[in-house]
Amino acid sequence: MEDPWGTALALFQVWISVLLCLVMLPAMFGLSLGVTGVYIQILVQILEVSRHMLLFLAQWIIHRDGGSMAQEMLEVRGSRPGGDFTLGDVFYFYKKGMESLVDDQVTQCFSSEELASWNLLTRTNQNFRYISLRLTVIWGVGVFVRYCLLFPLRITLATISFTWLVISTTLVGFLPETSAKHWLSEVAHLMFYRICARGLSATIRYHNKENRPKKGGICVANHTTPIDIIILANDRCYAMVGQVHGGLMGVIQRSMVRSCPHVWFERTEMKDRNTVTNRLREHVTCEDKLPILIFPEGTCINNTSVMMFKKGSFEIGGTIYPVAIKYDPRFGDAFWNSAKYNMVSYLLRTMTSWAIVVNVWYLPPMTRLDQEDASQFAQRVKSAIALKGGLIDMAWDGGLKRARVKDSLKEEQQKMYSSMIVGPDGPSDLAATPPLLDLQD
Amino acid sequence: MGSRASTLLREEEIEEIKKETGFSHSQITRLYSRFSSLDKGENGTLSREDFQRIPELAINPLGDRIINAFFPESEDQVNFRGFMRTLAHFRPIEDNEKNKDHTASEPLNSRTNKLLFAFRLYDLDRDDKISRDELLQVLRMMVGVNISDEQLGSIADRTIQEADQNGDSSISFNEFIKVLEKVDVEQKMSIRFLH
Repeated sequence: MEDPWGTALALFQVWISVLLCLVMLPAMFGLSLGVTGVYIQILVQILEVSRHMLLFLAQWIIHRDGGSMAQEMLEVRGSRPGGDFTLGDVFYFYKKGMESLVDDQVTQCFSSEELASWNLLTRTNQNFRYISLRLTVIWGVGVFVRYCLLFPLRITLATISFTWLVISTTLVGFLPETSAKHWLSEVAHLMFYRICARGLSATIRYHNKENRPKKGGICVANHTTPIDIIILANDRCYAMVGQVHGGLMGVIQRSMVRSCPHVWFERTEMKDRNTVTNRLREHVTCEDKLPILIFPEGTCINNTSVMMFKKGSFEIGGTIYPVAIKYDPRFGDAFWNSAKYNMVSYLLRTMTSWAIVVNVWYLPPMTRLDQEDASQFAQRVKSAIALKGGLIDMAWDGGLKRARVKDSLKEEQQKMYSSMIVGPDGPSDLAATPPLLDLQD
Repeated sequence: MGSRASTLLREEEIEEIKKETGFSHSQITRLYSRFSSLDKGENGTLSREDFQRIPELAINPLGDRIINAFFPESEDQVNFRGFMRTLAHFRPIEDNEKNKDHTASEPLNSRTNKLLFAFRLYDLDRDDKISRDELLQVLRMMVGVNISDEQLGSIADRTIQEADQNGDSSISFNEFIKVLEKVDVEQKMSIRFLH
């Protein structure tokens, strides 16, 4: 009678060596066996087939009228001359208010994108109803494949990759400062990220590689998920910027910084904007250092739009290398809704999705022009990224996920309306009227 | 899990809401989806904070008044029925409803009811009159700090003077209707819901 533990151990050894050969070795050289590619093709076929079996419910609720405040007021006032108040002026505000209550641009950026067609994951099933047995069977097979085949594979790879990172960077850290050390450090980091990417069945397509960020620059990108870092770092090494964490993250941070200089801040330091800016500036001016990776939105957004870029990153100076990242939502929802899920449940969900398919566009480098200030520059970079990635360019602040909106925005609305009822031209001037001071002296 | 929206809203409820408000089946399920996404506490009702969380509504000068319209006197929570009942005022008037027999009770989105909704947003103390103070309050909300008290006062006085017909220095509902008789209320107080 064979010893069951012995068999289990033997199987485990086979499993690990298979993984080593098929995943780690190719990752070291940046090669791919093409398995993920085939897998994606099969998936696309299955999703196409299932799409025809589905009954789809429409997503949109209302159609918003685009009129400006001035236009709408004029219509309400009709033939009344002059710019004075009428009882019907309130209709504009009531209507706009109700419209935003039913459907607003901002809150939907903080929840997952709704799909046009179901992708056989229960978690994205928002608008679809039970249709047929065949579809349920396909879905059932999908569940088995994802949870029983893919998930154990991915967990193993994740564990291997983290162990590898800690060991290799610590070892490299013992070497003296030579160019060999830098090269080895890059190899160690790249391997880690590549194994991680394999672990998520990630298919990454890089466009315009000639614009890839160079040393001494700052790379900015739109933020959807912590996995963005893995996606970008698969192509070249970056210096990470972030807060010092405790626990497992802290171990990783400390080992990473041994082999090449990342910028980790203590929590107290992060509050002082000058300290932060100075340290980053120090890093950037040293031509030899890796480019910094920053996400100016400050929080994860759901990959349908780009929200306001915080101007802090654009005050440091140096060359900005914008990058646009767009995930294909058919294969899994990459967005990390930090209000709903913590990091662990998010990672578990991602590891049981179909795959991560992502397009990365490197945009040409930009620098601040003399006549623009940091926030205008930030806006310019943001628009370029939104345009390239096919995302909506939004002026709203990503911080609205957690914080209240600033009163100054309401005050702007009030100012605009006031100028309409006391301005000398009244609403006949349909362009946005500049705010006027009180006319009485 | 499955489709949260339609599993938690029963068919009978949808039918009742349909009768009361005139919304279609798919509109009701989609609005329920929206209601659920605003309901962060997941207890089937919305509080004032849930509304305040919508940035576009929070920066609306009359945002607080609009939010109050959803909460009947001294209540802090609104359920889906109440939500739909208030929203129904903004449903556009369909062509086949315009010539309906008026012996049946008037639908929530009739022109008169739309005007009554707007009137009640002015008339906070529900005495069926918009007093000078009530008018000033709304004006102050709309203009913020940009207009002086005196100027605002004279605007209010002039408005009341023009509307007031029975000389009681306040605006009754009938006087309100008269002032707005030339305004396309159906369009101004309607949201274009998709079918």
